[in-house]
Amino acid sequence: MKSFIGIDLGSTTTKAVLMDENAEVLGRGITNSRSNYDTAARVAKQEAVIDTRLTLLRRELKGIPALEGQIDSFLHGLEDGFRLEQFLEQLADLENTCEGNVKGERFAGIEKQVMEVLVEVFRRLRDEAPAMFAPGAERKSDFFRDIAGSRYLTTAEAVAKEADLDYDMLLNVYDKSIIEVENRPPSEDMSGKFLRSLDRLLAGAPEFKVDAAEVKAPVEQALGVELDETYVVGTGYGRVTLPFSKEHIRSEILCHGLGAHLMYPDTRTVLDIGGQDTKAIQVDPAGIVENFQMNDRCAAGCGRYLGYIADEMKLGLHELGPMAMKATRTVRINSTCTVFAGAELRDRLSLGEKREDILAGLHRAIILRAMSIISRSGGISDQFTFTGGVAKNEAAVRELKKLIAENYGEVTININPDSIYTGALGAAEFARRAVAEGARMEGTA
Amino acid sequence: MSTPTPSTEVAKDTSMLQQKAMIAGHYDRLATAREDGRKVCSTFVPGNLNELIMSFDLLNNLPEVNAIQSGLRKQSGLYVMEAEKHGHSEDVCTYVKSDIGMILKGNVGPYGKPLPDPDVLLLCYTGCYTFMKWFELLRERYKCETIFLQIPYEGDGKITQNMRDYVVKQLKEDVIPTLERVSGVKFDIDRLREYLRNSAKAEDDLVHVLQAAKTKPSPIDAYFGGIYYIGPIFGAFRGTEDAIGYYRALREEIDARVAAGQGPVTPEGDMGEEKYRLVVEGPPNYTSFRDFWKMFYDEGAVVVASSYTKVGGVYDFGFRHDPDHPLESLADYCMGCYTNRNLPQRVDMLANYVDEYQADGLLINSIKSCNSFSAGQLLIMREVEKRTGKPGAFIETDLVDPRYFSPANVKNRLESYFQMIDQKRQGGAVAGEAA
Amino acid sequence: MAATKDIVARCEALFEDLNFESARAWKAAEDGRKVIGYLPVYVPREIIHAGGMLPLGVLGGGDRLEVIHGDAYYQSYICRIPRSTVELGVTKRLDFVDGMLFPSTCDVIRNLSGMWKLMFPEVYTRYVDVPQNFDDELGGAFFRQEMEELKEGLEGVAGRKITDDAIRESIAVYNENRRLVRELYAFRAKQPWKTPSAEVYLVVRAGMVLPIEEHNQLIRDYLAAADAEDRPMRDNCRIVLTGTFCEQPPLNLIKSLELAGCYVVDDDLLLITRWLLDDVPTEGDPLGNLARAFLHNSESTSAKYVDDEAEKGRYLVRAVKETGAEGVIFAAPSFCDPALLDRPMLQNELKANNIPYIAFKYAENSGQMQPIREQAGTFADSIKLWSAA
Repeated sequence: MKSFIGIDLGSTTTKAVLMDENAEVLGRGITNSRSNYDTAARVAKQEAVIDTRLTLLRRELKGIPALEGQIDSFLHGLEDGFRLEQFLEQLADLENTCEGNVKGERFAGIEKQVMEVLVEVFRRLRDEAPAMFAPGAERKSDFFRDIAGSRYLTTAEAVAKEADLDYDMLLNVYDKSIIEVENRPPSEDMSGKFLRSLDRLLAGAPEFKVDAAEVKAPVEQALGVELDETYVVGTGYGRVTLPFSKEHIRSEILCHGLGAHLMYPDTRTVLDIGGQDTKAIQVDPAGIVENFQMNDRCAAGCGRYLGYIADEMKLGLHELGPMAMKATRTVRINSTCTVFAGAELRDRLSLGEKREDILAGLHRAIILRAMSIISRSGGISDQFTFTGGVAKNEAAVRELKKLIAENYGEVTININPDSIYTGALGAAEFARRAVAEGARMEGTA
Repeated sequence: MSTPTPSTEVAKDTSMLQQKAMIAGHYDRLATAREDGRKVCSTFVPGNLNELIMSFDLLNNLPEVNAIQSGLRKQSGLYVMEAEKHGHSEDVCTYVKSDIGMILKGNVGPYGKPLPDPDVLLLCYTGCYTFMKWFELLRERYKCETIFLQIPYEGDGKITQNMRDYVVKQLKEDVIPTLERVSGVKFDIDRLREYLRNSAKAEDDLVHVLQAAKTKPSPIDAYFGGIYYIGPIFGAFRGTEDAIGYYRALREEIDARVAAGQGPVTPEGDMGEEKYRLVVEGPPNYTSFRDFWKMFYDEGAVVVASSYTKVGGVYDFGFRHDPDHPLESLADYCMGCYTNRNLPQRVDMLANYVDEYQADGLLINSIKSCNSFSAGQLLIMREVEKRTGKPGAFIETDLVDPRYFSPANVKNRLESYFQMIDQKRQGGAVAGEAA
Repeated sequence: MAATKDIVARCEALFEDLNFESARAWKAAEDGRKVIGYLPVYVPREIIHAGGMLPLGVLGGGDRLEVIHGDAYYQSYICRIPRSTVELGVTKRLDFVDGMLFPSTCDVIRNLSGMWKLMFPEVYTRYVDVPQNFDDELGGAFFRQEMEELKEGLEGVAGRKITDDAIRESIAVYNENRRLVRELYAFRAKQPWKTPSAEVYLVVRAGMVLPIEEHNQLIRDYLAAADAEDRPMRDNCRIVLTGTFCEQPPLNLIKSLELAGCYVVDDDLLLITRWLLDDVPTEGDPLGNLARAFLHNSESTSAKYVDDEAEKGRYLVRAVKETGAEGVIFAAPSFCDPALLDRPMLQNELKANNIPYIAFKYAENSGQMQPIREQAGTFADSIKLWSAA
């Protein structure tokens, strides 16, 4: 089948959306952007393809009576198994790479000992892996680097201690290897991994009263669907570094506008607050951008500002909103300058203001900046769609709603939980239209 | 180091070679002014009284042009920082700081030769508050005669008799007598008339060239290319035979391009297909001038009209220097310069340009240094959008401070703008499909 | 007799009122009353007053106004006063104002005049050009005629002729106001502990919104009250504050200076109240008199050209000598062209006269006073050490 893929290369994460000829979204994928946009794009795309397979699997498995009512957990089980397979594959890659990096002066004379310790470390990592991907297990992140990294460091420290080996040696090997591994996307053998996952699931999950023969065929059917990469469009800040020709690149403003339109067809005004920039976009009834404004040179009031505040307060980014929600009053903060954020914060704290109240003020300050940018782009027309990382922050959303009501009256405000994919969605739709409109077809690199 | 004046790098038409020789000759004359016994008058581009200055055998030195040259030669960043080291605020105009930094670093001019100290500062206070402080700063340094000529601002969008009388009286009673005293040359109004007659001829040809951009495809880029075209007439050559020759040659070249259906010349040769026609408001960035220009012509964007090419005189509505009314026409010239016009006038001009030059929209390059241009530009954009129904876009850079040119940022916005224009053009088809 | 505290409380309420309720009430009290707003630094308020109208000083939004729409009109590198002024306009806080005057203070205020014409076409809006040539026949004649045209425009708003006699009477009332403000400043220079600068500021600032006759009485009351009250004298140094002639510093900044050990004994805040240095003659051609006063007997500020190089910065040196100040604090609004471009020259003149100084920037909504307190405190300490040595 034909597939159309949009890739949004953001400064922190890279997103991909895959859709079919009928503009139906089949899969989404996300990964961290790394230092290497090229790999990030490939990984995000691969993730979207995995997600697409799951969609196709769902379609095929829907008709099986024995799975009635269990289809979600069955698919979760399949995905977990798949992730485990993928994890083990990358873990093996990491092990090999680490072993290859045990060389040089630093390791002179102790190579053998280091090797033995590494073997033990990876043995333990392999052993504990299934538990990490068991049903209901919580993983802090789905990015290999995050999972493997933290587990490696903990395990290596313990094993090194037992073996009386300098922990720094293991750290050194890891640091040298992880970037290499991370920049090598997992192998493309998707079907194999899904099939092994299926076997594992059928063998280890008695709650599914379905027999192998019954599911094997539909699963193979879903995995066998040829996904033809018909057209890819890249967008986002890193788009210029993509090895795409110009026809395959669209500005993130356009993609964002179109993406928001696809999510909420009545959208007229879009606000996106991301890490590096804030944009306000006006779109017409067809999702065509009519006007846009971005924060000026200065990054005041972007998501990054909250990042600095979190660092300054030694809090996690996600903890800021809930804490601000506990405020009893809102301290007036006049500077949204990231450079002064720390100073302003300390000044307020030294005046005896409560953290919650200051945070409420900081959130209001950010939203005030955004309101200015919206005003600059032409104000707010019904409906209004809010996207980007800051849209997940409840305190920011609360201030935004208040200010919109004060300045523009009653307006429908849309916030989609998948708003992070807005740009990629627009890009995928551009890809689809490019083909539909008979634009030149070219394979991407 | 080679001498990267823009004119040497673009394709070398006759007019370009001519201009290059003119400018080099001018800097030579400045460098040897002392030996040659010539006196030097520093003054500003907007409202510069070149014909009057020449009537007193004075050499015209323009600090803004020096700053631009320093910017193009990538020296201005150093100069700006030097001035800031000496207590000048990071918030203020970088032309001033580049000039002061250059002086602090020995006042070596753009052609590698030292510039002479001025004998007189002719502070023609036209359309820019900073000029006043700039020459107070130079006066503090040079302790030389300083003539202040106040050019009233067109607050109500017109030149009143009171404004004109004020300027003419200042010229008669203050500027001319002082220039006589400084130069030792008696004022000869017929000599001034002769220069003004020359000016008008060159002005006719300049207008012809700039208005050639109404043709499709436009044979010129009226912003990046336009900056070369205005060089002689905004600088030290208005009123000279050289300028007449230059603009005549330029006119013929542009006419030939129109006849051949050619687009503009860029630093990399002829521009490809014309895809977007823009009106641009605001000065350019000079420290990355070539990269900035490339962001346009690579995308097939040509600027068909710009306000910056009106900063040293607005000629396209019929004004010409007039030998029959010499002082009055100098007064009207100064008061009519672009930044001396009020915002409603500027909106009118730009909206008319969008219509008359069949542009896709107005792009504003907002310059940090220049409040005279920049304060109010966001409203200008909104008004022009409203009147023309064409989308506007807004980018921010600086004149000669390299710290304020962020290529990724500018490029991102330009691309978004061009694609938005595209998308609007295809609007009908896409809308049908999305429905 | 009213106590200073009550007078100041009234002034503070006027200062904090971003809806200009007192001016609205003045206008509503009689049919046909008109209000004319003006921005810093100088406009001839006498002409407005002579037309029976209320001159209203519009000085931005201070540190309490949340600017949303105003920011949409300005880039980040432009000062704050125009954006908060636009905010006041867009949010209809100035909807009762019948005319707005924008003096030639700088390019930003100048351009705001044109913006106002575009945004509020129903309001009489005028750019008020002032002379930078100080010859009676040149700058004087020009300015007199500009005022003539301004008068005609204001007549259109007032719906009545503004007679020479009326202007002469208004000049007399404003002469009284100028005398009182000068007296207040002289009093503070002599006994700064009795008249804290934040109070002086609020008392003078009230004159931006009150009818001038009422303001005259208010200053008299405050002077009497301040004279009668004992307040503790502190071991503060004495400084001249400069650079604050347009965008206003937050009240907290003025307070912080005194808390940090600096008595402000002269400043360029609300300069319009002291712009003309002496009484303007009430005989003869009133506009001619106002023009001559401007040319030959007006305040100095960075927004004004100095035609004699030898005079550059002298006014600051004189202010220091006349008030017995020990140093100068340059406080400039961020991105203020006049103040910041002028500063190096003024500082050179102070250096040549061995007058110590410090410099910092602010915005009308600056929230952090800690760095300012620290700098001013260090400055005060160093002055004391220096004078002890």
